[in-house]
Amino acid sequence: MDNLNNLMQGFADVMAPMNLLLALIGVVIGTAVGVLPGIGPAMTVALLLPVTYGMEPVQAFIMFAGIFYGGMYGGSTTSILLNTPGESSSVVTAIEGNRMAKAGRAAQALATAAIGSFVAGTIGTLLLVLVTPFVVDFAVSLGAPDYFALMLLAFIAVTSVLGSSRVRGFISLALGLTIGLVGIDSVSGQQRLTLGVPQLADGIDVVVVAVGIFAVGEALWVAAHLRRRPAEVIPVGRPWMGKEDWRRSWKPWLRGTAFGFPFGALPAGGAEIPTFMSYATEKRLAKHPEEFGKGAIEGVAGPEAANNASAAGTLVPMLAIGLPTNATAAVMLAAFQSYGIQPGPLLFEREASLVWILIASLFIGNLLLLLLNLPLAPAWAKLLRIPRPYLYAGILFFASMGAYAVNAQPLDLFILLVLGLLGFCMRRFGLPVLPLIVGVILGPRAELQGRRSLQLSGGELSGLLGGPVSYIVYASVALVLVWPLIGRFVVRPLRARSAA
Amino acid sequence: MSSQANERTVEDSRPSPEGGDRAQYGVCAFLALLGAAVIVDALGIPHVTSGTDPVGPRSVPLILGGLLVLLAVLYAVDVARGGRGEPEAGEDVDLSQGSDWRTVLLLVGVFLANALLIERLGWVISGALLFWGTAFCLGNRHYIRNLLIAVTLSLTTFYAFAIGLGVNLPAGVLQGIL
Repeated sequence: MDNLNNLMQGFADVMAPMNLLLALIGVVIGTAVGVLPGIGPAMTVALLLPVTYGMEPVQAFIMFAGIFYGGMYGGSTTSILLNTPGESSSVVTAIEGNRMAKAGRAAQALATAAIGSFVAGTIGTLLLVLVTPFVVDFAVSLGAPDYFALMLLAFIAVTSVLGSSRVRGFISLALGLTIGLVGIDSVSGQQRLTLGVPQLADGIDVVVVAVGIFAVGEALWVAAHLRRRPAEVIPVGRPWMGKEDWRRSWKPWLRGTAFGFPFGALPAGGAEIPTFMSYATEKRLAKHPEEFGKGAIEGVAGPEAANNASAAGTLVPMLAIGLPTNATAAVMLAAFQSYGIQPGPLLFEREASLVWILIASLFIGNLLLLLLNLPLAPAWAKLLRIPRPYLYAGILFFASMGAYAVNAQPLDLFILLVLGLLGFCMRRFGLPVLPLIVGVILGPRAELQGRRSLQLSGGELSGLLGGPVSYIVYASVALVLVWPLIGRFVVRPLRARSAA
Repeated sequence: MSSQANERTVEDSRPSPEGGDRAQYGVCAFLALLGAAVIVDALGIPHVTSGTDPVGPRSVPLILGGLLVLLAVLYAVDVARGGRGEPEAGEDVDLSQGSDWRTVLLLVGVFLANALLIERLGWVISGALLFWGTAFCLGNRHYIRNLLIAVTLSLTTFYAFAIGLGVNLPAGVLQGIL
């Protein structure tokens, strides 16, 4: 009941005209940037972070909520109209969505994606309100060893569950941990990996890392392989759905939400698994499964809802435990930290009004998104035709501006370039970028919690085992590590045999 | 043994324009060197431990350095067995051609110029050069139009962010004029 009051207070705060305007601006620029080809939700949030630097935290977070959902929706528009998804979570939407668009049903595909995102986002945010207090209560009881174990689980999960190659995932994670190590050790005050450069004593800002790896890396990578003729954009009118489309969409929306939220909320979650599960389920339950692969509306409605619900779900561990499980949440966490706010169980005590304003803004942003995107879809589709030299010039322009603005020092631009080249190489060699970002953010905190645990035990390694939670987490870590071995020795030989 | 043989056929059936992609060994070397550098750096840190911090600042870098070296070895084994990472695809990415290094180097140059000039010339000029230069590198030849776009963009961002929102952007030589 208390939370409901808090939420109502949050709504009351957001409803001020100035704040509503900020939410609207957030949704519009979030969608506009998210629609641009090659820019996924995480990069949208990272690139737009500097916009909020001069604002008060409250205003910044109202805008962020809009950018967050706007970037998500923009990404699905791109995958439907262009067929090449910017993020792995939109892969499934692209399968059926683009087929629908090619068959002249782009308007219906965009409509079911927009309304499905709204339904899933609203239910997801509602679940966030209901679930988070329990997670906070649980998180308050956790000690340093439990946190250390949870962060270890997050490391293992982002490297092993997602992506195809574990070696490559771990390499990316180790690179991120190394970047996170740069700076003054917070416990002993010793400089590590600073190479004697005084500006590096504070460490490398996470925003610079995210912008460098996502934006500059992407721009350099595309520059090396620029398609001479841009991919074809399917023209679209105002999105709408007929009665039949509604009838076929509403159940997939709800089922997709049911898949998406729990997976997002788990420390080992992400959107890839629930979107694929939703797609498979809809295909199995459909009255006309033969339409799948040719543009079945259920195949857009379900995965798109799963994607959005999962995004809402990732905010649960991000806010309550301070544990980011996807790239967007990782950048959001960096945004919190840039305001000196540390997500975690204490957040709800110390910054209660801020958190509830953020959650209220998520509801509002979601609604604004629906109201805006139905009429504005043709305009967004035009953005897809932007000449590529301008697009990537713009990305480098805003990336440099944002990175410089963090600390107002040119050194950050050189670091940005080095990180951009690293991002380029990671794309070239198929190394996933998410583990790196999570490593940069969680690495220093995992070290802190680990050292705190060992402090309690006087340096004995047994100090890392701290009660039932850490036992369960270590068991999950072991399971995640062993799982691919089962895949390697049971599934892959079978698959190879059937392929031969 | 049989699983290994099967794996090889799977790998071989993939299109591999660059043969076994030996460039991946370069990544192994980089990881090993990075690991060594992290270890050397860690050994140079005074080993201070106390009752409140029995671990000290050295342990984690030492473990991480070791992990990097270990990963370099594991990666080399994976590459030797024919493993390769899929280069990232995307809306504007055409992987059927080789890499266009000239464009990448030009872009790096433009980017470095911005980093070097931003404080002296100020964001409005260096940012406009960055935009114009990038568009040029990527093959756009509308010089005048691009210059107009670039200047408009950098002026707008300067007024909106630096003056409107208080974001840190240098005025440079235009200090007092803007």
